[in-house]
Amino acid sequence: MTIADVLMIALGAVAVGAGALVVTSTHLVRSGLYLVVSLGAIAGLYLVLGAELVAWVQVLVYVGAVVVLLLFAVMLTRAPIGPSTDLDRPIGPSALIGAGVGLGLAALFADAFRWIEYPRGAPGTAERVGAEIFGTWVLPFEVLSILLLSALVGAIVLSRPDVGRREVKPDDPRETTDRAKEEDEEVPA
Amino acid sequence: MPLWLDLLVRVVAVMVAFLVLPLVVGQAEHKVMAHMQGRVGPMYAGAFHGWAQLVADGVKFVQKEDIHPDGSDRTVFRLAPIVALFPYLVVILTIPLGPNGLVAQRLDIGLFLVLAILGFGVVAVLMSAWASANKYSLLGGLRGAAQLLGYELPLVLAAASVAMAAGTLSLPGIVEAWRPWWLIWQAPAGLVFFIAGLAEIRRPPFDMPIADSELVFGYMTEYTGLRFAFFLLAEYVGIIVIAGLTTVLFLGGWHGPFADQLGWLWTLLKVFALSFVIIWFRVTYPRLREDQLQRLCWLILVPVSLAQLVLTVAVKSLL
Repeated sequence: MTIADVLMIALGAVAVGAGALVVTSTHLVRSGLYLVVSLGAIAGLYLVLGAELVAWVQVLVYVGAVVVLLLFAVMLTRAPIGPSTDLDRPIGPSALIGAGVGLGLAALFADAFRWIEYPRGAPGTAERVGAEIFGTWVLPFEVLSILLLSALVGAIVLSRPDVGRREVKPDDPRETTDRAKEEDEEVPA
Repeated sequence: MPLWLDLLVRVVAVMVAFLVLPLVVGQAEHKVMAHMQGRVGPMYAGAFHGWAQLVADGVKFVQKEDIHPDGSDRTVFRLAPIVALFPYLVVILTIPLGPNGLVAQRLDIGLFLVLAILGFGVVAVLMSAWASANKYSLLGGLRGAAQLLGYELPLVLAAASVAMAAGTLSLPGIVEAWRPWWLIWQAPAGLVFFIAGLAEIRRPPFDMPIADSELVFGYMTEYTGLRFAFFLLAEYVGIIVIAGLTTVLFLGGWHGPFADQLGWLWTLLKVFALSFVIIWFRVTYPRLREDQLQRLCWLILVPVSLAQLVLTVAVKSLL
């Protein structure tokens, strides 16, 4: 075993262990913090594999933005210190799905690769990733950019009630009844 | 030089920089603020103009009792100051001091690493805010998270502009590619980076998350003794880091007369000049209100940095 192998196994164990803690911990915010550890360990795995750029993108996007947004949202709503006993966590189905996917993937990979040893690829430096993205993969990259842009515009439209609202005339019976109905539906039963 | 000796020298150098530079900046803050306000500042500790004041402060912090609030989440509460300090240590590793590889760790994508690690600081703010079990702390933490997430965008965009101009993500590479006329070409990005950097380290006038007149001390309210000193240290290292990054990215790092011999001196000089400006800001400007803060970020800094990107591309393609 080389050092890289040992690091792979150790980081993998940290990632899986922290991931398990995310779903088993009864502390809401701690779950989010375990997610930071898990995603950080995955960034470490990328580093060991030589994908430097992907590793730091993982830290920048997932640890620095996605998890922080998640923690932020939890703290804005309900984030008690100490265990939350009223969490709805059906263990059966999730264990079944998790174990099924894990075993299935393991079997698939074991069958596909057997014990063939592949030469290690060239390290994924920023230069190489950039050349690949803007050379071979430029079309999917641009399509994804358009998808992200439309999602961004959609988010702005949804979050701003003054964009795209229809004029409501007080003497239009259809509109007012619709609005009344909507308001009724919004009240939780 | 054998590898282990090389490594040892670099580690010791970074540790010394990490421990000495923040003290120098802290003492400068005491003195500069005092003189700007017509006082003399600390005068007694260490006899000559109170030079040992911060050392005495450190001793005081160590002696204080380590208190946890009753309902706090102790593990997270204890971890938060370390998480706050750690990213800056990593960033200091990558800031080049002088030419010919005078940097603790030369990385191909140093700039990217720096931005990723700086973004990690939000986690510490949220951890300390939530684990304190204090409403003021939580309010400060939420303000801090909103501020850090918002200002991350102009920070990254401004840094992207200079990376595009230099054609590399390596910090020493950017300094090597730097030319004096970039001072004008990249000036808007430099300003945006510096202002967004100030907000990232929560220095006045961007200290809404701490806001001692309304939130006691924000997310640091419940901290005492050594843990509080860690937060304080993180703030001063933050000044060094932001001043250092602005120097390296926009002010040409080690460039200056006799750069080959005195490069490190030029870098340090520029870092301290910028640190002085940061302290000056604190004395000059009142705190921005929360809505003014977000308005400045989204309506001024982000558009300016996007316009700078267009300008950078235009000039770059003309050359």
